[in-house]
Amino acid sequence: MEQPVLNVSKLETHFFTDDGEIPAVDSVDFHINKGEVLGIVGESGSGKSVTSLSIMQLIQAPGKVVGGEITYKGENLLTKSEKEMRKIRGNEIGMIFQEPMTSLNPVFRIGNQLIEGIRIHKKWSKKKSWEHAISILKLVGLPRAEELMNEYPHQLSGGMRQRVMIAMAMACDPEVLIADEPTTALDVTIQAQILELMKKLNRETNTSIILITHDLGVVAEICDRIVVMYSGKIVEQGKTSDIFQQPKHPYTIGLIESVPDVRVRKDRLYSIPGNVPKPGSIQKGCHFAPRCSFAFDKCFEEDPVLLETGSNQQARCWLHEDEKKAAVLERVNS
Amino acid sequence: MQEALLEVKQLKKHFPIEGGVLKQQVGTVKAVDGVTFTLHKGETFGLVGESGCGKSTTGRMLMRLLEPSEGEVLFNGREMTSLSKNEMRHLRKDIQMVFQDPFASLNPRHTVEKIIEEPLIVHNLGNKAERKKRVKELLEIVGLSSYHAKRYPHQFSGGQRQRIGIARALAVNPKLIIADEPVSALDVSIQAQVLNLLEDLQKELGLTYLFIAHDLGVVRHISDRVGVMYLGRIVEMADSEKLYLDSKHPYTQALLSAVPVPDPEYGKDRIILTGDVPSPSNPPSGCPFHTRCPKAMDVCSSVVPEFREVEPGHYTACHLYEEDHV
Repeated sequence: MEQPVLNVSKLETHFFTDDGEIPAVDSVDFHINKGEVLGIVGESGSGKSVTSLSIMQLIQAPGKVVGGEITYKGENLLTKSEKEMRKIRGNEIGMIFQEPMTSLNPVFRIGNQLIEGIRIHKKWSKKKSWEHAISILKLVGLPRAEELMNEYPHQLSGGMRQRVMIAMAMACDPEVLIADEPTTALDVTIQAQILELMKKLNRETNTSIILITHDLGVVAEICDRIVVMYSGKIVEQGKTSDIFQQPKHPYTIGLIESVPDVRVRKDRLYSIPGNVPKPGSIQKGCHFAPRCSFAFDKCFEEDPVLLETGSNQQARCWLHEDEKKAAVLERVNS
Repeated sequence: MQEALLEVKQLKKHFPIEGGVLKQQVGTVKAVDGVTFTLHKGETFGLVGESGCGKSTTGRMLMRLLEPSEGEVLFNGREMTSLSKNEMRHLRKDIQMVFQDPFASLNPRHTVEKIIEEPLIVHNLGNKAERKKRVKELLEIVGLSSYHAKRYPHQFSGGQRQRIGIARALAVNPKLIIADEPVSALDVSIQAQVLNLLEDLQKELGLTYLFIAHDLGVVRHISDRVGVMYLGRIVEMADSEKLYLDSKHPYTQALLSAVPVPDPEYGKDRIILTGDVPSPSNPPSGCPFHTRCPKAMDVCSSVVPEFREVEPGHYTACHLYEEDHV
């Protein structure tokens, strides 16, 4: 069995607010292998971004990682000091954020921002770092890399800025790249360019990528494996092809059905009734039960556990405890 | 022949760029540069394009929230661009708008009742009791409950707020609703709810929609006809099915192929466009798309292609389909 590069187990990140303790990430387990692209999918408030920030230990008060383990290269990141973490961030684990506008410092030139990380982590001379930065800009497909180094972020378009962000995250050859909604702010034609670039980087440098997104299309496009989150918990995980062909959790099924497809027009869109619950508002039972059309008594009483539903596929749903009930789901699904 | 509700002819909006100490005009941004289309009664016309293509500017000009620089807009055969402010206000009873951001488009200090009642007051419709009754009715039409009337916007989720925005637009019984990215701020499961609501309302109330969006899947789902915009112009226009199955313009083809499909098994030949959308303050000569077009020819950089009918009901502006080049 392949050794995972990064393993997250029983991760708990809670927010301590005036309304009490809110479990934004609730006992989340997943791993990512070398060279793999893992997608974390969910709607707003599902805890997908908090999960990624927890890995990087960038959670700010009132949030706090209160439990679990994040193992990277055999060491638990949660026991590391801030100083040790700083050596890992950007060097071993890189991160790309959603807003290319706000993630670059507007008053520094691209070059200065790019070499900062390289100089700190690699301890190279300014000249060597500068040359390395230019080669990275070329790698991410930016034209006139030398000139760009002396330009300011406002002089670039959104797509170019996102490429610079990727270059910055890739500058120190990280083992793992976490991309939090990297294409959400971009137009489709630019999104296609960025996704193509990420695929290329994954292939050529064998970097593992954790892609966090709400867009099922993007996930289908580039991920090997998927983790679906809802209300702070993983509700389903498995191989991309399995999840799209045979989704096992009613939420995943609903999510896939409610996307308007650009290839065929559906007569009527399937829609999941109700709204995403506020984190912490559901005390008992499955968090999806109030919106679920398959829910039965047990769902409102007891929170389901992740059940094996196939080879390497798990769903947090009581339907899969009983073959008959699972068969109903199967029928509706087909 | 279907009856036209709204006719837009050669609509343009040029914004001046001012520079220097004396605020002299140093250039123009051609945000919308000659847009022509017709909306038939009871249909949904989708206007789709990337950011900066002028689709929202077009929508705002139809409401005269922005004054057009040139061109004509006929609503029910009546010229709109020359109407006075007062006449326009009366006309807006028939044309209402639903905005993108359900967080910014509702006044946080007003109750839902006050928000939905406001257009009724502006247009002098009904007395106080009738208006209250109408608000409750509207809330139920859009899938909320009448007890929500006393609440404030912050007490609602994004999807519910968008429903309030739709109720406000419906209050005065409009004929046309201009919806500018009404679902782009919503989560997928909520987006489907709002799209279904819009479809149901259209059937029940016989509404006509101008649906402005960047999401091609959403536009295909809701529209009868679609216009694709690029740099201030419509480059292709056809029935929705036709446009998606047999697109003519290379830009439409690239745009459609760029959409990620939620199916990992779906193999496709993706056309990846290079570069970015050029600035509308300095658009390329000839066809505005020739700088990124994979099929560009010599003529494209010098001559602006005419927007012409290439098949019945299917219009495109591309030299590939002009007789001399076929």
